[in-house]
Amino acid sequence: MSAFADQLLVLVMLINLVMLGTSRLVFSIRAVAVQGVILGILPGLINPFSGHLAGITAGIILAKGIVIPYLIGNAVHKAQIRREVEPFIGYVSTLLLGAVFTALSFAFAEKLPLAPEHKDLLFVPASIATLLTGFLILTTRRKAISQVIGYLVMENGIFVFGLLLTEAMPVMVEAGALLDLLVGIFVMGIVINHISREFSSIDTSRLRALKEE
Amino acid sequence: MFFFLEPTAYLLTAATILAASGVPGLLLRAPLFGQRIAAFAVVIASLLGEIAVIQLLGGSPAAFYQVDWPLPFGPALFSTDHLSTIFLFPLFLVTGCVSVYSLAYWPASEQSSAGKLTFFLGLFAAAMVLVVVARNGVLFLMAWEVMALSAYFLLTTEQQSSAVQRVGTVYLLATHTGTMALFVMFSLLRSTTGTFAFPASHALAQTLPYATLIIVTALVGFGGKAGLMPLHFWLPGAHANAPSHVSAMMSGLMLKMGVYGILRTLSFFVALPVWVGWVILLLGAWSAVNGIALATGQRDLKRLLACSSIENIGIIFIGIGLALVGIQAHAPYLVVCGLSGAFIHIVNHGLFKSLLFLGSGALIHGAGTREIDRMGGLARRMPITSTLFLVGSLAICGLPPLNGFVGELFLYVGSITDGITAPLPLAALVAPVLALVGGLAVITFVKLYGIIFLGTPRSAAAAHSHEASGFMNGPMILLAICCLAAGMSPQLLVRLVTPVVGFYGDVAGDLFTQASSQVPLLPLTFVNILLVILTLIIGAVYLVRLRGSSQPRSTTWGCGYLEPTPRMQYTGTSFSELVVNLLGTIVAPRRERPVMTGVILPRKAAFHYAVTETVLDRVLSPIFHWIGLGFSYLRKLQHGQLHIYMLYIFATLFVLMIWTH
Amino acid sequence: MTDIIIHCAVALLFPPLLLGIIGKTKAAFAGRVGAPYLQPYYDLIKLFRKGSVFSETTTWVFRAGPVVTLSATLIAVLLIPLGRHAAPLSFSGDMILFAYLFGLSRFFTTIAALDTGSSFEGMGAAREVTFSCLVEPTLFFTLITLARMSKSLTLSTILIYPTPAIWLAAGASMLLLVGALFITLLAENCRIPFDDPNTHLELTMIHEVMVLDHSGPAFGIILYGAALKLFILGAVFVNVALPLATGNPLVDWAIFVVAMMALAVAIGVVESVMARLRLVRIPQLLVGATILSAFALLLVLR
Repeated sequence: MSAFADQLLVLVMLINLVMLGTSRLVFSIRAVAVQGVILGILPGLINPFSGHLAGITAGIILAKGIVIPYLIGNAVHKAQIRREVEPFIGYVSTLLLGAVFTALSFAFAEKLPLAPEHKDLLFVPASIATLLTGFLILTTRRKAISQVIGYLVMENGIFVFGLLLTEAMPVMVEAGALLDLLVGIFVMGIVINHISREFSSIDTSRLRALKEE
Repeated sequence: MFFFLEPTAYLLTAATILAASGVPGLLLRAPLFGQRIAAFAVVIASLLGEIAVIQLLGGSPAAFYQVDWPLPFGPALFSTDHLSTIFLFPLFLVTGCVSVYSLAYWPASEQSSAGKLTFFLGLFAAAMVLVVVARNGVLFLMAWEVMALSAYFLLTTEQQSSAVQRVGTVYLLATHTGTMALFVMFSLLRSTTGTFAFPASHALAQTLPYATLIIVTALVGFGGKAGLMPLHFWLPGAHANAPSHVSAMMSGLMLKMGVYGILRTLSFFVALPVWVGWVILLLGAWSAVNGIALATGQRDLKRLLACSSIENIGIIFIGIGLALVGIQAHAPYLVVCGLSGAFIHIVNHGLFKSLLFLGSGALIHGAGTREIDRMGGLARRMPITSTLFLVGSLAICGLPPLNGFVGELFLYVGSITDGITAPLPLAALVAPVLALVGGLAVITFVKLYGIIFLGTPRSAAAAHSHEASGFMNGPMILLAICCLAAGMSPQLLVRLVTPVVGFYGDVAGDLFTQASSQVPLLPLTFVNILLVILTLIIGAVYLVRLRGSSQPRSTTWGCGYLEPTPRMQYTGTSFSELVVNLLGTIVAPRRERPVMTGVILPRKAAFHYAVTETVLDRVLSPIFHWIGLGFSYLRKLQHGQLHIYMLYIFATLFVLMIWTH
Repeated sequence: MTDIIIHCAVALLFPPLLLGIIGKTKAAFAGRVGAPYLQPYYDLIKLFRKGSVFSETTTWVFRAGPVVTLSATLIAVLLIPLGRHAAPLSFSGDMILFAYLFGLSRFFTTIAALDTGSSFEGMGAAREVTFSCLVEPTLFFTLITLARMSKSLTLSTILIYPTPAIWLAAGASMLLLVGALFITLLAENCRIPFDDPNTHLELTMIHEVMVLDHSGPAFGIILYGAALKLFILGAVFVNVALPLATGNPLVDWAIFVVAMMALAVAIGVVESVMARLRLVRIPQLLVGATILSAFALLLVLR
């Protein structure tokens, strides 16, 4: 089954690149949702079936694949934005940067002192690549919504790394992390709504205007 | 033997004749006669030189000459070997072609500067021969300086123009910065070996105290002369503003002297640190991609060719880097194919770039402009030049059946073979880079050829262009035939480089045969012949078919518009706009859009477009600007009062005296 | 010997049928009957019988363009293995020559377009060379990945190497390669979503606008060359994507022909359900394809 898990991880990395290359917010929200669903399937592939596992799978798919994307989608709908207009770095360049980062994460994973049974799997490079993609989205995009997506991608990266430790990681920890994120996104959503109502723009580069002189 | 002399003697004779060739032109009353004597002498010298090359390739040993001179740097040493041969072959061939070409291109009957130009041209070539045969550091530096300075005088032939003055200054600064690095390098070499004579090859250990510094200074000094990025900044301007046959020599030959210097320096060491190969490989790849990207955006014919020289130097360095990396990793295919590719490309670039620069001279002569966007339709009025230029363009794009493909084929095969079998998977990444460079080269040269020669003339001068004379076409035809012959039967090129690869890469003969058998030379010949035959057959069928049918002539289909004018054609700038925008970060096109004023009838407005020379415009110019501002304070020290100057001298002496005690 | 004869016969006669199948598929999607499958052959015969009109601006380059393009493409056909049989002409390193033959044909197609002096054809030529330049690294990444897997530089070995077993073992990278190859196939042959062969506005065309001025036999040669190119890249794609082999040579040929037809139908479906991309979007998609293939190489290298 681990071969199939590897293919899914390749898909996860491809979705990273898709998110870097697209300008349409709705599309990248959908992409992040698909990524979440894939991440939900993954634990089921590498661990023997159990009730605990079924719970985790259902929870992850529900949270990452449905609830969070729905909330962000709502925010996008309310703020009436469709596209990331002018990123700090162009799409083709970020795409190429993303590819370079992915390659680097493979090189980096080679260097890590991993347990031999994890060495041949794609989990570590995929997780680092996803983490770096998240950083890239956070640093290059202007819109607050894109930043939220960036956080989500980063969290996905951490989650992939955590999959290696499922045996050791109690469900509560993962649930706690998810809850953090959920609350974070609620707060973000509320703040975004307020900002867009007050300033008719949610461009983070203009948030400087809020600074006291 | 039926050769009267041995190779080194031939070479030194040739160098002497070359150096003296321009002197009659300076002394004689009839300058035209002097120029003809010079051309004759240069051709004789080139033939002598080629005899030496043939001898060396045939395996005859070269003598070692030692001349005691009254200078305190040890005796002057001359010799030659396989590494020198590979540079001497294009050197003599192109020099001979250029001297004949200059009879028609820069005739003494029309140009008053011809005497000076002829003199320095001979000196320039002689200095390059000396650079290649010198075996003593000081002698080498002297030849190097003569070469650099005669190149300066050659490129500032049209010194009235302010653009020429500017690029001359930039060139002088660049070359002397490089020479400074070389001074450091040879001093360090002297302090390790105790003499200025070149050490024998593979004699120095990499653990020597100054090894790293020697390699770095060599990379800076020679790399700058070769036009390796980021030290290429002097190159486009210098090549563009020199007379075309001088550009041909500078680009086809002088840049290679930098490559020679690096190769010679590296050959001193028995083993090199691992980073050297990778640094050279990366610099090469960077130069190749950036050079051709810069070339794509150019509007000036010769500037475009100059930028493409940076690309080709990059390809040569990719080959050298692959070989060095291969030596470290014990990957024989990389060593053999990388070195063969680099050396073949050195010869090839000498041939086709000289052909293209000579062709651009014919164009400037015929159409009176260097601006690509002002030409057009020249193929009708200059059929010979246009055909030769097409040969050069196909060759430089590395397309079969011409010679440019052979060198690149070696690099591809080397990198992929060792990339797919175990040792160095990273080397395989060279192939996509070369593919990208090849694709950009096609864009650049389709633009160059298409906009200049095809379509309708865009200016009156282009419409009245005329074909060049026989003296100009003859050398170009010779070069084009060389390109075609080397492309059709690549074995010729391989035979040329076999000894040097064995000598330089320390590769045994059977290993060479084994590795180079991976490169499909015989099939390539077969495919090339097949390609030509197939083209001829299809062409014949097509022509026969055309004979038998009606062929009405009309205007070009303008999509419904019936009165097309030449100004409606796509220009070179518009042709490359798409790719220049994609390469925005490298090329950084600057556009000043016109501001429309006037209420009903708009006033005149101007649109300005230029490609940024990043290193020169963004880095060096501002730095020198600030340095200039800083020194303007120092200038206050110079106020013309003699006794204060004496005070300066006294103060300096005083400080020095205190320093020593 | 039989294989070489079949190879040449299939490669020379089959390509225009692909265009017919694509047309028929699109017609079926649009609810029309469509032109007969053999229509491209009728077109070619008609064109070869016609006279030609030449623009006064053109030179010999204009006449040489289609001829050189066709001969370079014909040699490329000889290098490609079809239906799990080695190509008639195969040697180590032929994959590089293969890529450069396309470069040669592109050079001549585009200078022939510039020879007319029409701004529309100049525009088409500029787009053609630019987009092909972006496709070239993808092609090389793909070939190197396969070369690395098969440890060979010969196209015949490289392209016959993929088998169902390989697909099971290295499915992810094979999938990436197939994706990259399909994009390459569509882009190099100027199909939707890169270029619409049937569009009526010259400003939006790429390939069609370059050949506006060619007429009669020359245009026939160009159409035939384009079909051949579609066939070649299609064959590369089919070799990688559908590696079915029975061991019986004739059955393998039949499988190959059927697979090519299926590919034509697939292209027809893509053309029916997708719209042409905006021009500024095309480089993005091509760079995406390059990344896909580079990613495949990365997976194979580790």
